[in-house]
Amino acid sequence: MTQDTRTSLLERAIRVRERIIRMSTGGGCFIGASLSCADLILFLYTSVLNVTPDTTTSPDRDYLFLSKGHDVPALYGTLVEFGFLDEMRLSHHLSPRDSIYWHPNRAVDGVEFHSGSLGHLPAVALGVAMDIKMSGGSNRVFVIVGDGELNEGSVWEAALVAAARRLDNLVFIVDRNEFQANVRTEDLVPLEPIEAKFGAFGWATDRINGHDFDAMERCFARVPFERDKPSVVVADTVRGKGLASLERRADRWFVAFTSEEAAALIDELHGGAAAVVESSVRMVR
Amino acid sequence: MTYEQRLLEIAANNPDLVVMTAENRAAIRTLPLTLGPRFIDVGIAEQTLVGSAAGLALRGRVPIAHALASFLTMRAFEFIRTDVGIAQLPVKLVGAFAGFLSEANGPTHQALEDVALMRGIPGVNVSCPADEEEMLDAVSSMVDDRAPWYMRYNPRPPAWRHRTPFVPGAAEIVTEGTDVALLTYGCVARECYHAAERLADGGIDVRLVNMRTLKPVDEAAILAAARETSLVVTVEDHFSVGGLASIVAEVAAANHVAVRLYSIALAGRWFKPALYADVLECEGFSPEQIASRVSAAYAGRHDARGHVHA
Repeated sequence: MTQDTRTSLLERAIRVRERIIRMSTGGGCFIGASLSCADLILFLYTSVLNVTPDTTTSPDRDYLFLSKGHDVPALYGTLVEFGFLDEMRLSHHLSPRDSIYWHPNRAVDGVEFHSGSLGHLPAVALGVAMDIKMSGGSNRVFVIVGDGELNEGSVWEAALVAAARRLDNLVFIVDRNEFQANVRTEDLVPLEPIEAKFGAFGWATDRINGHDFDAMERCFARVPFERDKPSVVVADTVRGKGLASLERRADRWFVAFTSEEAAALIDELHGGAAAVVESSVRMVR
Repeated sequence: MTYEQRLLEIAANNPDLVVMTAENRAAIRTLPLTLGPRFIDVGIAEQTLVGSAAGLALRGRVPIAHALASFLTMRAFEFIRTDVGIAQLPVKLVGAFAGFLSEANGPTHQALEDVALMRGIPGVNVSCPADEEEMLDAVSSMVDDRAPWYMRYNPRPPAWRHRTPFVPGAAEIVTEGTDVALLTYGCVARECYHAAERLADGGIDVRLVNMRTLKPVDEAAILAAARETSLVVTVEDHFSVGGLASIVAEVAAANHVAVRLYSIALAGRWFKPALYADVLECEGFSPEQIASRVSAAYAGRHDARGHVHA
C-alpha cells in the first residue's frame, strides 16, 4: 500500500468516526459495534467492492450485506464519504420523517437489505451468490457478521449450504470484537477456534487485524482464498475502536451521549484529551 | 420493587424456577450472581432457548425465558408451538420491547403480531400488563399457573392506581362509563387513560377497560361493553389482525351480540422507527390523538373499516 493511500484511508476513517459519534447523541446508537467495524467497511468501499453511486442497482455490482446490522452508522458514515448518501440525511437520525434509525434498511441509498434480526443475511447472501453463479456473473457477495451473531444456528445452516454449493463468490467477514450485547463472547458461549469451525464446514479462512489497512489489502487481494470454496475473514477488532474512553467497555455498547460529550469525543478522536463521558447505556437488550 | 427483585423473590420460594435468556439481560442484569446455576443464558439463540426450556420443564423445572419479543415469538415460533404447546409444558415466555417499545429499532424488532401468534397456539396463554406494577403481579400469577404463558414485558410506570387484584381472564374496569368503551392492554394503556380524561372533559363518558390477559380473555367484560355502551374502541400497539380488535369481534360473533367496533391499531405496514414519544405522535397514539379519533368515531364520522372522515 502506498503512503498516500494509507494517509487517505486514515483521514477518511476519522471522518467516518466523527459521523458515528454525531449519531450517538439524541436517542443514541450502537456506537461500540459501529466503531469496531468502521475500518473494515471503509476499506471494502475504498479498495474491494465494485460498486459506485451509479451502479447500486446493477446486477453486476459487488454486494455488501450488513448482517449484524447495528453497525449501520459505520456504513452511513462511509456511504457519505463516497457520495452514495447525502450527509444532510444523517441529521435526520431517529426522525420518523426519514429512515435513518438503529438498523439498516433499503430506503437509504446504498443499503442492500434491511437487518437487525441476527443470522438472516448469511442466507439472503447465499441466495444472491447462487443466482450470480447461475447467471454466469463474476461479481462477489460480502457479508459482515458479528461474532455474537455466530450464536445463531442459521449462520451455520447457510455456511453448510454455501460449501455444498461451492460458492467461491461468497465472503463472510466476522467482526471479531469479542463482545456481545452484555458480556464477552468467550465468557458466554465460546466461539473459538472460529477459523477451524468454518474450515470444518468446508470454508477457506484467513484471520487479520481488522484495523490494519495493509493487512486488509493483502487479505482481500487473495479472495477467494480457494477455488470452489466460500471464504471467511475473521477480523480481530476492538469494540469502540478509535476512542480510548470507550474501547472494550461492556457498558459502552449502546449509548446516547449529550452533545457536550459528543464534542469531547470528537476532540479526543482528533488527538485531544480523553473525553469524560458519564451518560449511561440505554436499556436496549 | 423491580422485575428482577420479584423474580428473585419467586425463586426463593420456588426451587424449580429457572431464569433463562437469549442474551437479553436488560431486565435481569443482577440475576446471574444471585441465582447461580438457576440462571441460564444460551446466547443469541432463541430456538435453543425455547427448546431447552421445554427440556428443563420435562424434568420438572419451571423455566421463565426472556428474549426480544419479535425473535422469541417469531424466530422460535415453531419451537414454542411444537415443544411447549403440544406438550403443554409450564414454560413461561417473556418478550421484551414488544410493540411501540422497540422504538427506533425498525421493523425487524417490531413485535406487532406476537399476541396473534401466541394466542393461536392451543393451551398457550397471553398476558399484557399495563405497567411495571401490574407486570409484577402478572409474573407471579403465570409462574403459579401450570399452563404455558407468554407475557409482554412492560416497564412503564403506572398511570393510575390499580384497585383489583390481577387474575387471569379478569379485566380491570378503570373507569365506569356508557358512551364509549375503550378496551386496551400493554404500554398504550397509559395513553388511553389520559385520552379518557380528555374525552370526559369533553363530555364523553368513557369506560376504560384494561384487559390484562388476552387469553384467557374476559368475555363478560367485552359483552358488557358491547351491550352497555354506544361504541367499543380497541387500542393496541399490534396489527389489527389477530389482536384485541379480532378478539372482540370473535367474542361478539360467538355470542350473537352486535357491536359497533372501532379499532385503533397498526394496519398494513410497520410503524415508523423513532423514539417512543415520536412514534406515538407519528402513528396517532398520543392521548390527544386517541381522544380525537375516538370522539370522531363516536360522532359517527367513520366508515366500516374504521377510516375517519374529516
